[in-house]
Amino acid sequence: MTSATYDSKYAIETRDMHIYYGAFRAVKDVTFGIERNKITALIGPSGCGKSTVLRSFNRMNDLIPGARTEGEVLYHGQNLYGPDVDAVQVRREIGMVFQKPNPFPKSIYDNIAYGPRINGWKGSKAEMDELVERALRGAALWDEVKDDLKKSGLALSGGQQQRLCIARALAVEPEVILMDEPCSALDPISTLKIEELMFELRQNYTIVIVTHNMQQAARASDYTAFFLMDKDDRAGQLIEYDTTNNIFQNPKDKRTEEYISGRFG
Amino acid sequence: MSAEINASGERSTGRLPQGEAVRQNVAVRQRRGRVWEAVLFASTVVGIVILVMLAFNIVNDAFGGIAVQSVVEEEELTDGRQLEALSQQELVGILETNLRSRVLRNLERERPLAERSKEELIDIINQEIIKPEVVAIYPLSEFLFNRPAIEAELAEAFPRAELQFKSWLNWNFLTSPMSSNPLQAGIRTAILGTLSLLLLTILIAFPLGIGAAIYLEEYNSDKPFDERSPVGRWLNRAIQRTAGLIETNIYNLSGVPSIIYGILGLAIFVRALEPITSGAVFGANEGVTANGRTILSAALTMSLLVLPVVIISSQEAIRAVPSSLRQASYGLGATKWQTVWKIVLPNALPGILTGTILAISRAIGETAPLIVIGASTFIVTDPSGLFSKFTVLPLQIYNWTSRPQEEFRAIAAAAIIVLLILLLSLNAAAILLRNYLRSKRIST
Ligand SMILES: Nc1ncnc2c1ncn2[C@@H]1O[C@H](COP(=O)(O)OP(=O)(O)O)[C@@H](O)[C@H]1O
Ligand SMILES: [Mg+2]
Repeated sequence: MTSATYDSKYAIETRDMHIYYGAFRAVKDVTFGIERNKITALIGPSGCGKSTVLRSFNRMNDLIPGARTEGEVLYHGQNLYGPDVDAVQVRREIGMVFQKPNPFPKSIYDNIAYGPRINGWKGSKAEMDELVERALRGAALWDEVKDDLKKSGLALSGGQQQRLCIARALAVEPEVILMDEPCSALDPISTLKIEELMFELRQNYTIVIVTHNMQQAARASDYTAFFLMDKDDRAGQLIEYDTTNNIFQNPKDKRTEEYISGRFG
Repeated sequence: MSAEINASGERSTGRLPQGEAVRQNVAVRQRRGRVWEAVLFASTVVGIVILVMLAFNIVNDAFGGIAVQSVVEEEELTDGRQLEALSQQELVGILETNLRSRVLRNLERERPLAERSKEELIDIINQEIIKPEVVAIYPLSEFLFNRPAIEAELAEAFPRAELQFKSWLNWNFLTSPMSSNPLQAGIRTAILGTLSLLLLTILIAFPLGIGAAIYLEEYNSDKPFDERSPVGRWLNRAIQRTAGLIETNIYNLSGVPSIIYGILGLAIFVRALEPITSGAVFGANEGVTANGRTILSAALTMSLLVLPVVIISSQEAIRAVPSSLRQASYGLGATKWQTVWKIVLPNALPGILTGTILAISRAIGETAPLIVIGASTFIVTDPSGLFSKFTVLPLQIYNWTSRPQEEFRAIAAAAIIVLLILLLSLNAAAILLRNYLRSKRIST
């Protein structure tokens, strides 16, 4: 899927994207690009289609019966919804962290090792140990769990579980990490840790994060996309997309301004 | 607790009880609750009473007293000494003086008496001379609590009879084959039949049922053929319709009376597939006697019978695996099969196992379908393979309870106890297995 010749500042680009759940169009007409090695936040009121858009980036919507995506989602210049693209390969390169921490009921070690193993890992046990450590360090969890990697992932606190899920995603060496409100189930301190972590990860990964939390978007992202539901057909649409600074300091659309100043949504 | 009534009526609609009425209202509601509690307790008690009665009934028949009367008393033969205390020569002497010469000659021809061991000689003396005979049997309750009446009755009818305790459930009973004499009849054949039928049914119904459940739960929405061609679309539709039909009818199937499965099994496995189920095509020569009425036919029929329940309980266990785990797996680039095999199944397995073992254990007690497919009711040889004749415990019990003699009722009760123990241990095994798997799947 990776083509060396393709060269764009965007990791992912959507063109005229419409997403349907059965007959209902949940998202319409989205055209924008996610910049490489940056953090892009998707904001907007509940039900405006942020999660739907995020899931379209790694074809998780395919798992929902009746869900359908029209238009193009380009990754390295290739349409992810093209006829020859396998969703499994897409998800291996574009990882995902979910709203509710969902570690497997396995040991911490096996949680991390699961991804590499199912993706055809060929290394030795020692190399796997190394990979597990690197992933856990990458997710800033190593120091807290290095002494009991055999412990169940479910025995960790909520914030630790979410970092375990991030580590698990890192272990398959993705290029892009999608996060759907990763902090909404966490306390403020865990939230802060995850935000710091995102800044670290930005050097090596492209991150797209859905958030409900205005401060978080303002604090922790480089670009912000504001979505809003069209009152007539209830389809979510992209209202404004710019650097986070511009969106928060100097929004061009009145609806954006109203939303970030808390006047609706 | 006094509610303030707003004078102007602003805070109160006046439609809710106030003041003293509140207390009364609460008291009435509490009383109603207590009445229901009593009703619920009563239904529990009824259940327990029924269970106790069942247990009493079985135990009452399976244990009790027997009155044994011998043709000749042991003491008369031996001048008051015990048979065991006599020497070999003395035993031979007793046989020679008490047996008719023809019987004696036959015994000598089999093997000279002088060469036989003491135990053997005592057995012969017991069987041929003393000849203990059960002249009356009494259920446990009478034996324990009605002793004087029994003894009086015995003294009149069988003055030499001796009243003794008898457990019809004993080692001999477990290890002897069927016999038309209730005192010698055992359930060895039936136990072996039940166990092998159970094992075969598990081997057949388990993989089929779990497989179908996985397909219906995880793959049902898949479109395996190319949607762009009309043929592919048609095939996909056909597959989905079929799966939908199965899915909606599985509950109906699980409610079909078991005898109907017996009729189905008779038509398909015993008759239509006879060459296979009798083992003829595999060159098994037992098939000649059993035709299609083999243990294999029975296992296939039982599998049909339990399959709907196995599928339903497996589906429920699979459905109980949180979808967030599936999503996590897919999100890491796992294929559907990897997700099913490595995430869904291990997490569903404890539930699948308990559900299906319970379903299959129900089949142990089934009688009707086995009668229909022609299981043997009187058979003395152990089942020896897939293609042999067989009988099972419930069939044996059914057979015995339908006979008039009281002895048969007693051994039927003993066989029921064995069947119940088998059932309970299977259920216990299911629970232990589940707990073991749960603890292995580290989860806290
Ligand atoms: N699985 C689904 N099936 C049908 N409709 C859905 C599904 N998921 C989301 N929707 C609908 O799509 C719209 C957008 O949902 P979502 O993307 O979850 O919004 P957000 O994440 O911004 O709150 C909502 O109207 C929601 O009801
Ligand atoms: Mg959402």
